[in-house]
Amino acid sequence: MDMFLLEAAINGLLLAGVLALLTLGLNLIFGVIDVVWIAYADLVMCGMYAVYWLFAVYGWPLPLAFAVSVLGVAALGMMVHVLIIAPILSSAPINQLLATGGLLYFLQSFATLLFTTDFRNIGVRLPIIEIGGIYISYSRLLAFGVALVGATALYLFLKRTYIGTAIRAIAQDREIIGLMGVDQRRIYLVTSAIGGALAGLGACLLALQYDVHPFIGNTFGPLIFMICVLGGLGNMIGGFVAAFIISQIIAIGGYYFSTELSYVLAFMLFIVLMFIRPQGIVGR
Amino acid sequence: MNARRIGALTGLGVLLALPFVTPAYFLHLLIQILLWGFIYTAWSTMGRFGLVSLGHGAFMGVGAYVPALLWNYYDVTPWLGIPLGIVLSALLGLIIGYPCFRLKVVGHYFALVTLALGQVVLLSIVAARDITGGSLGMTPRSIGHSWYALQFPEKGYFYAIALLVWLGGLLVWRWIDRGIGREALEAISDDEEAAAAVGIDVTREKLRVTVISAALTALGGALFGQYLMYLNPESVSGIGVSLQIVFAAIAGGMYAMLGPTVGALLTIALTEGLRVWFGANFVGAANAIYGILLILFVVFMPRGILGWFEMARRPRAGPAPAE
Repeated sequence: MDMFLLEAAINGLLLAGVLALLTLGLNLIFGVIDVVWIAYADLVMCGMYAVYWLFAVYGWPLPLAFAVSVLGVAALGMMVHVLIIAPILSSAPINQLLATGGLLYFLQSFATLLFTTDFRNIGVRLPIIEIGGIYISYSRLLAFGVALVGATALYLFLKRTYIGTAIRAIAQDREIIGLMGVDQRRIYLVTSAIGGALAGLGACLLALQYDVHPFIGNTFGPLIFMICVLGGLGNMIGGFVAAFIISQIIAIGGYYFSTELSYVLAFMLFIVLMFIRPQGIVGR
Repeated sequence: MNARRIGALTGLGVLLALPFVTPAYFLHLLIQILLWGFIYTAWSTMGRFGLVSLGHGAFMGVGAYVPALLWNYYDVTPWLGIPLGIVLSALLGLIIGYPCFRLKVVGHYFALVTLALGQVVLLSIVAARDITGGSLGMTPRSIGHSWYALQFPEKGYFYAIALLVWLGGLLVWRWIDRGIGREALEAISDDEEAAAAVGIDVTREKLRVTVISAALTALGGALFGQYLMYLNPESVSGIGVSLQIVFAAIAGGMYAMLGPTVGALLTIALTEGLRVWFGANFVGAANAIYGILLILFVVFMPRGILGWFEMARRPRAGPAPAE
């Protein structure tokens, strides 16, 4: 088998980890609160800037910078819910989508205003591992590992804790849950915070691999949405599977054609799948 | 009604007289307002019926790049290239619209499909960098003042074209607004199942406005390319453009004929005002304010500025917003 193809496939697999993590966050918010945060990838951008400033500019230790960034984006997620989503919770879904579209616009422009359009790198160079002629970057491997740990932690939280159970219950039936003595508003707030924290975690992992600039959300934001919808909005396992499929298409398509064409391929596949399986690839 | 007609005629007279009295800079702004107003109006022809497209950049991109590429590589006059771009864009609308409407892809699923469509066109233009210049953009070959090439260094000509096209857009909007299809489309956006049950051909009605919207948007994109003499994938097909279209149409009010134009006036006045006040090192400020306004509009004024005024004037006139 072609070595470079194998390398592309492995890199695709590693990329899938981070994408799956972000998909989980978006899916959680969609499944529980029933809104689509179009600006989700831009929360990731905010997190990446936080890592950059805390670590590269102010010289904080990296783990501390990571922790503060995750908490910061989690707080941002709560703010998004309180300030934007909560007032229009009962209006048409498309209005909620547009309001978060406004947030996307705001975050990108505000970042341009504050940080200009320069590409910034946190300047951490992790080694590259060679296994039998295949080169794998350590930062990707780390990102993949952390993404899996994060996903598992989320799974355990949802399965083992009271709030987690309430969150799953609300995703199943939001009418009846009030009768069971669960405070919906609190659950929504917690969910938004977790969604934000996952975006923050994704930001830390992406900051190790990519330069941050105000429009970085545009490069993988549509991708996360696509993965989310492909997996079936609100379906976490589906999102996980879809993340791996899409990353493979992009990695292997990028190997055979070009990066842009592989994205085109992925988006076209998404459009077609929306027609034939709108409930997602692993939906019921 | 008569007062309205007099008002419209006076407004038209002012618009016709403007190029003779305004400096070139304001003429440039006016052309942009009219062209964007036209594109926003085009978006509203489907947006007002609950068909929210987040991918109108796709239609703009096809409309702008097809005539420019044909002109640069095959010397085909834009008089043929632009109609071809419009036809291709309408076809794209048809190809995406038909399965969407047939298979009942609605609401935010429809929005996400159109978002993906915008990405497909954007990335295709970037990927074909050998002929389109990729992210660096392209310049239509300039031959000076020419009707054949539809190139006019003199701004007055483009002002006349923009004014004509904008008026045409308003006429199309009015035609849809007054036609029988409007009732059908409003019924569909209220309750698709019920509309189908009373014998409305849901797919056909939706396709009609989608194709019209796609075609008009392509024309707008083509004229922008001809006017600015520079095309860039991000600035015709990017997510930013697609969202800007949605925002301006909503801010101005997509349920009123002049609403989208008011949106264009507002956005361009805001951008230029901030640019003049704060200088070029304050890039992003205008867009940041747009973003906040978009959120506020959706939360507090989903009918837009003009819609809000109309509601305030006649509190219980007309049906509730299509949402």
